[in-house]
Amino acid sequence: MPEVYLDHYAASPVLPEVAKAMAPYFTEEFGNPSSLHSRGDAARIAVEEARARVASLLGADPGEIVFTSCGTESNNLAVKGIAWAARRKGNHVVVSAVEHFSVLHAARTLEKFDFEVTEVEVDETGTVDPESVRAAIRPETVLVSVMTANGEVGTIQPVREIAEVARERKIPFHTDAVAAAGCERLEVGELGVDALSLSSDMLCGPKGVAALWVRKGVRLMPLLDGGVQEGGRRGGTENVPGIVGMGLAAHLARDNLDSRAVYLAGMRDALLERLPAAIPHIRVTGHPTRRLPWNASFAIRFIEGEGMLLFLDQKGIKVSSGSACTSRALKGSHVLTACRVPTDIAQGSLLFSFGLENKMADVDYVCEVLPPIVERLRQMSPLYAKYLKEGGG
Amino acid sequence: MVEIAQYSETVMDHFMNPRNVGEIENPDGVGEVGNPVCGDMMTFYIKVGDDGRLSDVKFKTFGCGAAIAVSSMVSEMAIGKTLDEAMQITREGVAEQLGGLPANKMHCSNLGADALHKAIQDYLSRQTAKEG
Repeated sequence: MPEVYLDHYAASPVLPEVAKAMAPYFTEEFGNPSSLHSRGDAARIAVEEARARVASLLGADPGEIVFTSCGTESNNLAVKGIAWAARRKGNHVVVSAVEHFSVLHAARTLEKFDFEVTEVEVDETGTVDPESVRAAIRPETVLVSVMTANGEVGTIQPVREIAEVARERKIPFHTDAVAAAGCERLEVGELGVDALSLSSDMLCGPKGVAALWVRKGVRLMPLLDGGVQEGGRRGGTENVPGIVGMGLAAHLARDNLDSRAVYLAGMRDALLERLPAAIPHIRVTGHPTRRLPWNASFAIRFIEGEGMLLFLDQKGIKVSSGSACTSRALKGSHVLTACRVPTDIAQGSLLFSFGLENKMADVDYVCEVLPPIVERLRQMSPLYAKYLKEGGG
Repeated sequence: MVEIAQYSETVMDHFMNPRNVGEIENPDGVGEVGNPVCGDMMTFYIKVGDDGRLSDVKFKTFGCGAAIAVSSMVSEMAIGKTLDEAMQITREGVAEQLGGLPANKMHCSNLGADALHKAIQDYLSRQTAKEG
């Protein structure tokens, strides 16, 4: 049975050269970058080289890169860190309704500390209108945070335009670029943003390491108080092997950005075109064209995502779903809700996220295996029976 | 069969090969529980024999793997039982027969017994209506 892994938004295999480059930093070059002896020196040099590589991916100054433990920490540090540091100036934060929970829930935590939060709505494609952001801004707004692209439905946001709106009002603008990193150009100067999150695993680097870029001059209150690591913005001994891995992954992503994007988009487009041709009552979620090259997301009517996911797993295909039944919290995807996908249809959500090791044959295999699974589940579905009896609707 | 830690072997078996899926033409009772908005929806159809036992039970289910496995197990447990016996089938009993269910699926997906009981109540109220 073929093994077809199409869940790269959840996790990706670490590139072999990245894993190889990390290995010595567990056992031989195990030093602490803060130590003054030569062991520490070697670790510090490795961390600084990685910092320069991550900065280079963003066209940024290495001194503006803060290494963290995951994309969630980067987003928390940006949202809470910038808002708290600016508390005397104001107490209002603007985010979009489709942000990752690490932004949305960080903003909700701010509400417990006298902040007010406006969640800007999106249209049916999941796109934020820059004018909605403009309308949400108040005199006391101290931060705007809108993601570069949404990983669940793939929609790429008009980040430059939103950044422009924030800049006119001199409000710091953060963008969560975790889902976009590695296949979208992220030159921070050109984007006009003030802070940007990215994580190593979306670059085919190791888990457990990520980064936040913060423009010089933007004040940030640390979440982790401790030593003066990361320029005093994040205490704690550095994850040296992870940082080395992320550095190389960022370097490889920068060198191969366009070819990766083209390669992934080929498979994405094939699936976006072929599945709707093979399965009736299916819709593509997210934006039809302005979407991440690796993301093909669908909602399939009358059936529920977990059933499809389990049957696909039996055939060697690994995917994910935004259905309530597949989430640990048993709540449907807030992103699909924000895109006004009706709740019963959102239950049939299926997300295919492509990675570098996928091949076009994987698309062929999905198109062969999925339609009979859908048919089988529909034969069990009371909703489908009702639909057939009522003759449509 | 690919195994996943979340579900027991019995759950996976009943999910992959559900027993008694379908509808009964001219059923003696129908019970529907849940709704697609909250995630799971089950419809049970029953046929009652002259001996007062459930001669046939069929179901249609919209929901996760656990919901489908629960429906299948309930149908299997109910066939051949008297109505009183079938009314004694509980959510806990179904979960036990399935070799356990994940804690977060105990409530939302474990509606099969409720749907069966509703179908039996439907049958009983039809009988009352006939007699009345």
